[in-house]
Amino acid sequence: MADNMNVTLQEKDLKKVGVAQRISGVFAKILCYAFLFLIAIIVLFPFYWMIISSLKTLAEYKLPVPTLFPKEIVWHNYVEAFDAANLGTLFKNTVIVGIVSTILSLIITVLSAFAFARLEFKGKNALFAALLATMMIPGELFTITNYQTVSMFNWKDTYTVLIVPFLVSVFYIYLLRQNFLQIPNELYLAAKVDGTSDIKYLWKVMIPLALPTLISITILKMMGAWNSYMWPKLVTSNPNMELITNGLRNAYSDVSGETNFPVQMAAVAIVSAPLFLVFLFLRKYIMKGVSRSGIKG
Amino acid sequence: MKIVLQNLTKIFPSRNKKVKDEVVAVSDFTFEIPDGKLIGLLGPSGCGKSTTLYMISGLQKPSGGKIFFGDDDVTGLSAENRGVGLVFQNYALYPHMTVKQNILFPLQNLKGKDKLPKDVMIERAYTAAKLVQIDNLMDRKPSELSGGQQQRVAIARALVKMPKVLLLDEPLSNLDARLRLQTREEIRRIQKETGITTIFVTHDQEEAMSISDLIVVMKLGVVQQIGAPQDVYDDPTNLFVAKFLGTPPINVFDGRVEGEKLYIGDAAVLDVPGVSDQPVTVGIRPEGFNIDPNGTFVCNLQNVEIMGRDVSVVSTNEASLNPVIRSIVNSDNKIEMGETVTFSLKSHKVFLFSKEDESRIYF
Ligand SMILES: Nc1ncnc2c1ncn2[C@@H]1O[C@H](COP(=O)(O)OP(=O)(O)OP(=O)(O)O)[C@@H](O)[C@H]1O
Ligand SMILES: [Mg+2]
Repeated sequence: MADNMNVTLQEKDLKKVGVAQRISGVFAKILCYAFLFLIAIIVLFPFYWMIISSLKTLAEYKLPVPTLFPKEIVWHNYVEAFDAANLGTLFKNTVIVGIVSTILSLIITVLSAFAFARLEFKGKNALFAALLATMMIPGELFTITNYQTVSMFNWKDTYTVLIVPFLVSVFYIYLLRQNFLQIPNELYLAAKVDGTSDIKYLWKVMIPLALPTLISITILKMMGAWNSYMWPKLVTSNPNMELITNGLRNAYSDVSGETNFPVQMAAVAIVSAPLFLVFLFLRKYIMKGVSRSGIKG
Repeated sequence: MKIVLQNLTKIFPSRNKKVKDEVVAVSDFTFEIPDGKLIGLLGPSGCGKSTTLYMISGLQKPSGGKIFFGDDDVTGLSAENRGVGLVFQNYALYPHMTVKQNILFPLQNLKGKDKLPKDVMIERAYTAAKLVQIDNLMDRKPSELSGGQQQRVAIARALVKMPKVLLLDEPLSNLDARLRLQTREEIRRIQKETGITTIFVTHDQEEAMSISDLIVVMKLGVVQQIGAPQDVYDDPTNLFVAKFLGTPPINVFDGRVEGEKLYIGDAAVLDVPGVSDQPVTVGIRPEGFNIDPNGTFVCNLQNVEIMGRDVSVVSTNEASLNPVIRSIVNSDNKIEMGETVTFSLKSHKVFLFSKEDESRIYF
C-alpha cells in the first residue's frame, strides 16, 4: 500500500518536472533565437547598407533622412565603378598577393609548428620562447624597420615587398603548434610502425586532424591580405602595383575632390564579393570539423 | 624469424636533475624467441611489458643491450624500417580515417618492391577485417565504433601487412568474454598458420597460459621466469611467479623446516628431504590438498562450494598469509560438515620459498 503511493507520487512529480522542463526548454529556445536574430541584424546591416547605397543616385544618397530602399535602382553605379578605377589590375594584384602569401605562409607555419611540436632539437624551447617574445613588440615598430630594410633591398613597387615581410606569423605558428600538441603521441608511434616518414605523417595525419585550425589561418591570412592598407600604401607608388584598398581610396573623387559615394560603395561591394564567396565555400569545412576520438584514454 | 634480445635494458632518466628518480623500466632482458612461436608476456601493471614491446618495435631506443631479428642486428634501425605489426594498448587508430583507410594505411606505406597494386591492397584489407569480424564496419570512423570494435580494427591493421613479427599489447582487454575467447583462438590460428613470431602482452594469466608456447613473467622490469606455461605453473622459481599464476591463486603460509619435516603451525604436514632447518614461506596450489581424515593439516572449515565437477573448500588457518585457504578437491570426496577439515598434501603441489629473498627451496 505504502509502496503504491510512493510510486504514484513519484510518477506525478516526474510528470510535473517533465512539463516544467519542456516549458523552460521552449523559453530558452525563444530567447536563444531572439538573441541570434538580433546579432544577425547587427552583423548584416552594414552589408545591407553597402548594397542599397551602391544602388542609389548621389542625390538620394545625400538626403538628410536616409532611405532604407533606393527609390530608383541605379545599376549603372557598378559599371562606373569598374570604369573609373583600374579595378582589373587592383583585383589581379590583390589576388596574386593574397594567394601567394597565404600559401607560402601556410607552408612556413605548418613546418615550423611541426618542428616545435614534434621534433626534438637542442634549444627548441628557448627558440620558441624567443619567438613568442617577439609577439610583444607592437606592429608599428616593425613597419618602420621593415620599411628601412625593403628600401635597402630596392624592393619597392614589387610583389615581393607586398608578400615577404608578413610571411612568418608567430601567432599562427603558436596556434598550430598547440593544435599539433593535442594529437596523441600514440598516433605518431602507430604511424611509425605502419612505416611512415615524419613528413608523410605530417601530411596524412597531422594536417587532416588540424584542418579546422589551418582553415582559420587561411581565412585570417587571406583577409589580412585583402584588407591590408598601410603597408601597401607605404611601399607602392606605381598605380600598377596598388592593392585594392589603396586603389579604392582615391578613385572616385572628381576634380573638386568630392567623392561619388554610391559608386564607391558599388566598388566595395564588388571587392567584397570574392571574400564573401570564399567564406561561403569554406564554411562547410569549418562546420564539419574533425572527429577527435579513436584513442582510449 | 627468431628474435634475440641481448641484455636489453631501458632506463628512463629522471626529470629533475637534483633528485635521482630514474625508472628502470626493463632490466637486462636476455632471451631468444624461437621462430614462429607465440610468447606470452605477463606481469603486473608497470612492470615494463609495453616498454619491452616498444623497444622491439623500434619506437624506443634501448639504454643498453641489443636486439636481433634473425641474424640481423636491428638495434639501431628505426621503427618504420623494422616492419613489425604492433597493436597498441589504447588502439591508436587514426581518427580522421575510416576503418578501411586505417587498415589500408600500412599497405599504402610499403615502398619499392613491396608495393602492391590497389586491388590487392583492398583485398588484403578485407581479408584482415574478416578475420576479426569487422568487414561490415569498413566505412565507419573510429569514433563511431565501440571499444571492442576499435580494438579489432587495431588488430586488423597490425595483421594486414603480414609482418614477420607481431606485437600485441593487451589486444583483447576490451572484448567481452566470448569474443575474447574467440579472438584469441583466431589470433592463435593465424599465428600458427603464418608462422609470425608473436609477443602477446596480457594481464590475464589464464589467457597467456592458454595460447602461449612460452610465457615470460616480469616484475619491476626484471624477468622472473621463462618457460612453457605448464612448466612455469608447476615449477615456479620464486614466490612472485607462484602467486602470479593460477586461479584460484596459490595458498601461502608461514612455515618452518625442522629435521627435514615441514611444519605449518604446530603440525608436521610434509616430509621435505634435504632441506636444512629454517623458516620458510609455503605455497600450496588449491589442487594440492587431499581431504584425508588421517592427514595432519587441520584447518577451520568455513564453507564448501560445489562447482559441478569440483568442490571448493574454503577454510582458515592461523598460519595462512591469505585471508582464506581455497582448496579444490574432487567431488567424489565426501566432506563431513564439521568445525574442522583435515588435509594431507600432494608434495609436488607444495613449494617452499626462502624467507629472505623469496627464492624457491627445492626438495
Ligand atoms: N616515457 C616514460 N618516461 C618515464 N617513465 C616511463 C615512461 N614510459 C614508461 N615509464 C615507466 O616505466 C615502467 C614500465 O612501464 P610500461 O608501460 O612498460 O608498463 P607495462 O608493463 O606496460 O604496464 P601496464 O600493464 O600497466 O600497461 C613504469 O614504471 C612506467 O612508469
Ligand atoms: Mg602497458
